Amino acid sequence: MKTKMNKTTKNNFITYGIVIAIFVVVQILSSTGNLSRLLTGLLVPLCVYVIAAVSLNLVVGFSGELSLGHAGFMCVGAYSSALFSHVAADAVPAVPRFILAILIGAAVAGICGIIIGIPVLRLRGDYLAIVTLAFGEIIKNLINILYVGVDEHGLHVATSSAGIKLEAGGKQILKGALGISGTSTLYKDIKDYFFLIGIILVLLTLFIVQNLVHSRSGRAIMSTRDNRIAAESVGINVTKYKLLAFTVSAALAGVAGVLYAHNLSMLKVSVFDYNMSILILVYVVLGGIGSLRGSMIAAIILYALPELLRGFSNYRMLIYAIVLIVMMLFNWAPAARNWRSSVMEKIRGGKRKKEAA
Amino acid sequence: MAMLEVNHLSIQFGGLRAVDGFHVNIEKGELYGLIGPNGAGKTTIFNLLTGVYKPTEGIIKLDGQDITGKNTIDINKAGVARTFQNIRLFKDMPVLDNVKVGLHNHHPYSTLTGILRLPKYFKVEKEMNERAMEILKVFDLDKEADTLAGNLPYGKQRKLEIARALATDPKLLLLDEPAAGMNPNETQELMDTIRFVREHFQMTILLIEHDMKLVGGICERLTVLNFGQVLAQGETSAVLNDPAVITAYLGE
Amino acid sequence: MSFISYLKDGVNLGSIYAIIALGYTMVYGIAKMLNFAHGDVIMVGAFVILTAITKGGMSPVLAVLISIVFCTVLGVLIEKVAYRPLRKASSNLAVLITAIGVSYLLQNLALLIFGADAKSFVSVINVPSLELFGGQLVIKGVTIVTVVVCIIIMAGLTFFVQKTKPGRAMQAVSEDRDAAQLMGVNVNATISLTFAIGSGLAAIAGLLLCSAYPTLTPYTGAMPGIKAFVAAVFGGIGSIPGAMVGGILLGIIEIFGRAYISSQVADAIVFGVLIIVLLVKPTGLFGKNIQEKV
Repeated sequence: MKTKMNKTTKNNFITYGIVIAIFVVVQILSSTGNLSRLLTGLLVPLCVYVIAAVSLNLVVGFSGELSLGHAGFMCVGAYSSALFSHVAADAVPAVPRFILAILIGAAVAGICGIIIGIPVLRLRGDYLAIVTLAFGEIIKNLINILYVGVDEHGLHVATSSAGIKLEAGGKQILKGALGISGTSTLYKDIKDYFFLIGIILVLLTLFIVQNLVHSRSGRAIMSTRDNRIAAESVGINVTKYKLLAFTVSAALAGVAGVLYAHNLSMLKVSVFDYNMSILILVYVVLGGIGSLRGSMIAAIILYALPELLRGFSNYRMLIYAIVLIVMMLFNWAPAARNWRSSVMEKIRGGKRKKEAA
Repeated sequence: MAMLEVNHLSIQFGGLRAVDGFHVNIEKGELYGLIGPNGAGKTTIFNLLTGVYKPTEGIIKLDGQDITGKNTIDINKAGVARTFQNIRLFKDMPVLDNVKVGLHNHHPYSTLTGILRLPKYFKVEKEMNERAMEILKVFDLDKEADTLAGNLPYGKQRKLEIARALATDPKLLLLDEPAAGMNPNETQELMDTIRFVREHFQMTILLIEHDMKLVGGICERLTVLNFGQVLAQGETSAVLNDPAVITAYLGE
Repeated sequence: MSFISYLKDGVNLGSIYAIIALGYTMVYGIAKMLNFAHGDVIMVGAFVILTAITKGGMSPVLAVLISIVFCTVLGVLIEKVAYRPLRKASSNLAVLITAIGVSYLLQNLALLIFGADAKSFVSVINVPSLELFGGQLVIKGVTIVTVVVCIIIMAGLTFFVQKTKPGRAMQAVSEDRDAAQLMGVNVNATISLTFAIGSGLAAIAGLLLCSAYPTLTPYTGAMPGIKAFVAAVFGGIGSIPGAMVGGILLGIIEIFGRAYISSQVADAIVFGVLIIVLLVKPTGLFGKNIQEKV
């Protein structure tokens, strides 16, 4: 009993440890000047994708529902927080403003999660997947025609540039498909600490998801994944717990979106398409469904891989595609699994023989 | 007062009346059997009692409380727990956690408490672990607490399902063919376990079974179902010797 | 008159969606997998036609035939190499991700061979336009061909699935793969055949798509692929008439949305309608309601 509790706790701390170790190594490399510009530029996006992958795993791995709309929640988090940052730019100092931006991004994305989750979670399997994809695309489309500006009368929202009608001295913040520009310059003073902030947010995400999973609610979530009917038969409110997982996941995706938005000088909605959702799903599946550490590591490797392959220019995405297919076959095909376990068996058998001799 | 009182229970699927005018009275602490040929409607009755299906007509009373037409979750909270003919465990979760899911509604703490690991989390989790181990011990599963439920041998999976159902602290336990697929030794052992459960938890048990030896061995009273209707009802020995029952079961 | 004109465009686009959706729905119904790479096979088919005509100097008919053969072989090959090993995998997410990998692979191969800039598609279908109401309504030859081809394919597939032996084998595999195997149906061959038909249809869809919207890039197939999948779900996935009706409705909704509301939110409207349909009828318009047996 005791040992079991300790095992999960230990496991959680190993994961935190890996994150902190990565941070320390990066800091050492960068202070000794051994970190290329390319890699430095990747650090914050890496945190974004780790948060996105870990949070998506809560839905895919633990509540067992296939969601293809994760980028939609990131998008909502990104835009709501960036809007806030611009509106509050003069009123609130950078640090509390950034904290508020994170909370707002998480809250808006979480609310969207509830609104979308209530109807969507009635569907099952691939139907749920396509509807989440549809919601993601709808969010993207709607923000694409949204124009927001601010003047002394407050916020103005319209669906065309001409429709905003700002007073003199007002400024347009969100310009439809052109997006929001200059968000990162609002945080000039703390820009250098964005990687640290990213790491803290990664740790926070891991803390929330790991603790949720290993709690009463987490068990309820997993029971709905393993057997819906049995879960109801022991009094678990399946809809409630599926919605809980979906909402927490959406809110954390919103946090990833906040970090993403504030790291960029140009935020455009077109990046948050279904391809981004799929990319994150790939991290989750390759890292191991239900393994948070796996999601994290897969996100780091797979996000960095195409960037590091830039030397191969045209071939890099091709290599990426082939690596993806081969890894999937190697990890999941029953034939490959059997072969792997037989190899492992041989190695172990060899060891045992040696020990016996 | 009867623990379970069912009257005129019927359900219609399209043109088929799968259960027709079913009635039964089960006393507190009784071990009651529901038997009948394949397709007689036994599992359908379980599904009606647990709210998986809504009855077309009829009344179901549990310990005097009307539970007709309620949903599965509320019926479980009211005190009915069940096992399934085709085992339905949380197979990718450890044995211990399967039982802890059963304890879910009896040892509450909020999601936030769980995430923030507040003191209450540790206190309640400790209670849950102790209670779950107690239940597992009854079924001799305590040594497998950390095993994934899906990796247990078949007989133990059936036992774990009963353990999980008991964890919800029910007034009435429904067992759907608990001995299906077991060899005679396992069946014998299971009979002992069921008897023990009744004594130890003072449980009222309704079980569906094909194995006549098991039914004859442990049930005090029986209902025989045929084509959705009650064919015979009463003391086990009397029912089993009823010519109508023998005909329905063994043919001419 | 503009209403009818939009309707005509909608039916044209919808017929293309329907043909792609037929491929999706058959593969989904029989192999129980979301073949994400299906849309990219359309793109490959279109590139084969373009290359055969412009580089190979072939006649359009020959080019189309070559494209169909090429895509058919490609589809069977993809299934054999990338999907079949995962058929018995413990999670059906595995094959979905692999399909995404195949989609990336096809896109990037095309990118490498043909480059990223848009190619203008050659006119292959040379059928005269039909003028109605004294020239007030002109129906282009491409539209006529597209609709006719779509109807022929749908009728042909329905006949094939219901009346022929391999078609019935498909139905059997779709119902219960293991039982079909026990009854002597060659499951592998049946699934291969399904991929062959679906991919052959994709080649035809590629021709029709690029004839109606004559620009071609390595990403041409992706969005129509997604939309066609939406159409298949909309109609009830696994159902041939469902794919047809779903595809045409989706095409009409999209064109109307573009024309009457806003071209920027046309996609949002399409997806919105899908969501509403699924919430009212969770298995699509023609889908069967399956309840889990307890």
